[in-house]
Amino acid sequence: MAEVLFFIAAVGAIAGAIGTVSLRNPFYSVLALVFHLLSLAALFLLLRAEFVAAAQVIVYAGAVMVLYVFVVAYVGGTQEMTGPQTGPGTRAFSIGVAVVLFIEITIAVLGSGLKAIDSDGPGLPAATETVPGFGSPEAIGELLLTRFLIAFELASFLLLIAAVGAVTLARRRGGLGEDPGVITPLDLIRRPQGTGTMAEGVGRHTEDAGGVASTMSGTSASARPDTGDATTGEDA
Amino acid sequence: MAIGWYLAVSALIFSIGAGGVLTRRNPLVILLCLELMLNAANLALIAFSRMHGNGDGQIFAIVVMVVAACEVCIGLGVIVAMYRRQLPIDVDELRELQG
Amino acid sequence: MNVTDYGWLILLFPLVGSVLIGLLSSKLPGKAAGFIGTGSIFLAFLATVGALFKLQDRPEEARQVTGILYDYASTVGVDAEMSILVDPLSILMCLVVSGVSTLIHLYSVAYMWSDKGYARFFAYLNFFVFSMLLLVLAGNFMLLIVGWAFVGAASYLLISYWYRRTTATTAGLKAFVINVVGDIGLVLGTYFIFKHTGTLDFLKTFESAEEFANEGNGDLTAGLILLLVGAFAKSAQVPFHTWLPDAMEGPTPVSSLIHAATMVTAGVYLIARMHPLFEQAPAAADVAAITGAVTLLVAGTIGLVVTDLKRVIAYSTMSQIGYMIMAVGGGAYVAGLFHLMTHAFFKALLFMAAGSVIGAMAGKQDLDQMGGFRKAMPFTFGCFVIGGLALAGVPPFSGFFSKDEILLILGDRGGWYIGLYVVGYIGALLTAVYTWRMIFRAFFGEACPEAKELEGGHLHHAAVHTNPANGEVEDTEVGFPGAEHHIAEQSTAMKVAMGCLAVLAVIGGFIQIPKVNHWLDDFLHPTFEDSKIEQLSSNDGLLYFGLILGTFVALVGIAIAYRLWVQQPETPARIQARFSFLHRLFVNKWYFDELIDLVVVRPFAWFGRFGQQTFERVVVGAALIGGPTGLVKAGSAAVRALQSGFLRAYAALLLAGVAITLFYFLVQS
Repeated sequence: MAEVLFFIAAVGAIAGAIGTVSLRNPFYSVLALVFHLLSLAALFLLLRAEFVAAAQVIVYAGAVMVLYVFVVAYVGGTQEMTGPQTGPGTRAFSIGVAVVLFIEITIAVLGSGLKAIDSDGPGLPAATETVPGFGSPEAIGELLLTRFLIAFELASFLLLIAAVGAVTLARRRGGLGEDPGVITPLDLIRRPQGTGTMAEGVGRHTEDAGGVASTMSGTSASARPDTGDATTGEDA
Repeated sequence: MAIGWYLAVSALIFSIGAGGVLTRRNPLVILLCLELMLNAANLALIAFSRMHGNGDGQIFAIVVMVVAACEVCIGLGVIVAMYRRQLPIDVDELRELQG
Repeated sequence: MNVTDYGWLILLFPLVGSVLIGLLSSKLPGKAAGFIGTGSIFLAFLATVGALFKLQDRPEEARQVTGILYDYASTVGVDAEMSILVDPLSILMCLVVSGVSTLIHLYSVAYMWSDKGYARFFAYLNFFVFSMLLLVLAGNFMLLIVGWAFVGAASYLLISYWYRRTTATTAGLKAFVINVVGDIGLVLGTYFIFKHTGTLDFLKTFESAEEFANEGNGDLTAGLILLLVGAFAKSAQVPFHTWLPDAMEGPTPVSSLIHAATMVTAGVYLIARMHPLFEQAPAAADVAAITGAVTLLVAGTIGLVVTDLKRVIAYSTMSQIGYMIMAVGGGAYVAGLFHLMTHAFFKALLFMAAGSVIGAMAGKQDLDQMGGFRKAMPFTFGCFVIGGLALAGVPPFSGFFSKDEILLILGDRGGWYIGLYVVGYIGALLTAVYTWRMIFRAFFGEACPEAKELEGGHLHHAAVHTNPANGEVEDTEVGFPGAEHHIAEQSTAMKVAMGCLAVLAVIGGFIQIPKVNHWLDDFLHPTFEDSKIEQLSSNDGLLYFGLILGTFVALVGIAIAYRLWVQQPETPARIQARFSFLHRLFVNKWYFDELIDLVVVRPFAWFGRFGQQTFERVVVGAALIGGPTGLVKAGSAAVRALQSGFLRAYAALLLAGVAITLFYFLVQS
């Protein structure tokens, strides 16, 4: 029984992976990844890591992927162009590298002489009063707060940094100091979109109507914002 | 199932993710492929944890998940900022840092 | 106060004078700088007299006293102390230097009065006197070299005194460079000597002179010949003499002090001081004697044809110093120093008188344009006559006694020194001729316009001030000569100074009249008692022969000059036409300047050009600098190509690197 479940989950994972990599529409890629993550959760369960499987589903597939969905919806995910930069040589090289990596890792892991790989793993004792069962939340909690306390704290610190960083990256420039919650048409007129250090850095002329990236060669339609608040080119 | 199977699956997913990183042009998709690679690593960790019989690998996997979440956060923030500046969302177009 | 305290005082007064005048130069009113300068040298002279008496109070064996102020740097193997050696030789030199300097300072108080840089002149002059006194009082090689170098520097400062004149600055540089060549010889020679004796102190070195010589290798001779290079450069002997005629660009008091009486005698002093070493290495002494003789003749011949008044006297100096070097090289130390003393008197007098004549000519120095100053400038004429008689060696003037004593001792030594004896008398003839040529041309004959003006009571002034050498127009501000000129007849200070020197030129020889007294030899005996060469000749026959020959030669020379330049003034032109080759040779100074240019200057210039254009550009620029930088540039260009900006290229490289590393580890295990 376990083998059947393993194969189903494994095939699902691999299918999801291939789908993520090869689907043209980014939105479909995200969905493929979600499927992959759920299959992976099943694999975790087969390996008796209950808590991690649950965390995978709730956090990864639930929160992170939802975030992805939001961003893909915002940014837009239309067809991806393959321009002249990517020749067939580059593709072949990339696929070659991936294949080589796969072969090497497989040899490294499976040919390493570890006898335990061939087994199912040691027998796991059942949960008792004092010793929590393998993979249970109590076991994870105990480990987190005793042996891996520092890692735990650092991980939470890292989350804080990431949150601050994300807010800083994505905020509006020139709009700080006033109430950021209320966006009036005045904001859009006063400081047109597309201005700021990065745009000036790439040499965009702020007077451009329609926001054409004058120095960018090639057009990526996927990045074109078709918004009503496009720059009208006026400064106050 | 023998642990080796899980490791083989992990290796395969890892290399698929690597190929995706090298091949795709949309940064969003590249980030997704990066997630694939991280998950493959997670799978390997859990497998080894099962093999050893202690929970260390699972803790490691949880921390990896945390890191992945943070990295996704920042990466998407960057992409949103790029989009806001109306830059093309294409890694081949964005090559100012050269020379 | 013991003897060495006086010695330190001798050094202190001129130094203080120089510093004082230098610091207060802009605030000193009128002639104050001149009087401070003269006063400080006069105090040094008094201190010398005091030291003389103190020294003579001591018994004869104890008359070489070393006084140490402090240890400068006595480290491993080197005993560098601030020490002076007070002994009869250094006291004699100090008397001559400080005495003559006092008179020259007095002369300059009046002579340089209209010059805008008056105080600067006296500061430099005092500094020079300090350096010269340091040189002669030095008790070890270190202070000798310091004094030597300072004297060279002072000479440069004073020759280029009128620093806005390009001819003056060029001459100053030439003098300095040649002096530095001499300095190198001096330092290297010191090293050679020090290497074997292990001490820098003079007295200790002389004590170990004999064992040094017995070591057998040529180090002593080599070291002494290097010292001689220094002596020759300082004393303007062939082939290091080319700077002295050019040094006449300096003001006349400078020529009088430095280039007649004191600095150029430093070489003579050096050889006399080092006589214990020279006697152990006869080869070096012979080199000195021969060089002196050669210079004597060369300078004498050139003096016959030059037309610049000061340059005639300069070549005369060169020739007389040739006598002195020949003397001390041949072992006649006392005689050589005697001649040094008398020469200081009459040569300084001649230069002072020449300064007076040049003042009357409003700065011009050309003999061709002078004539008939006898009536207009009687005092100057009298001084010239006295100086000329002394220089020519007419008895009973001082030059006669000193010159004859040198030649007597040389002749007495016999052997090949007889050659030097003959050369000496030929030189004496030449000396008489060119000296009186100068006097007859300047003072006899038809009076030139300036002389006529002066007879009418008015000193000639040039309408436009020019450089007499090349005719460039100048003004009279700082850096050029002043507007006014001063002559002896109109200035008391100048008359006093010249008068003193004239008296000394007349009576100076009486301290060592043959067969009558030998005061100088007695005085210098403590220094030279370790000499193997007899300082007083007992060869009466040669003595009388020499006295008569000397007088005869001098009078014949004066007679020849009289005939050629007073009685038959067209004869010189005929002789010049007949011996035109010789005349050209002499007028071009035996082509020494051209020779040095060819042998020294051009190779150096070539080397400099080679260094700059070839070595610098090719070896250093291209190979040493270009090579590594080229490599780095190429390498970085290669690495730069990797930074394409393509994200995926970076990712690809990253993963490829991982694959390779993994492969390597797989293969390893």
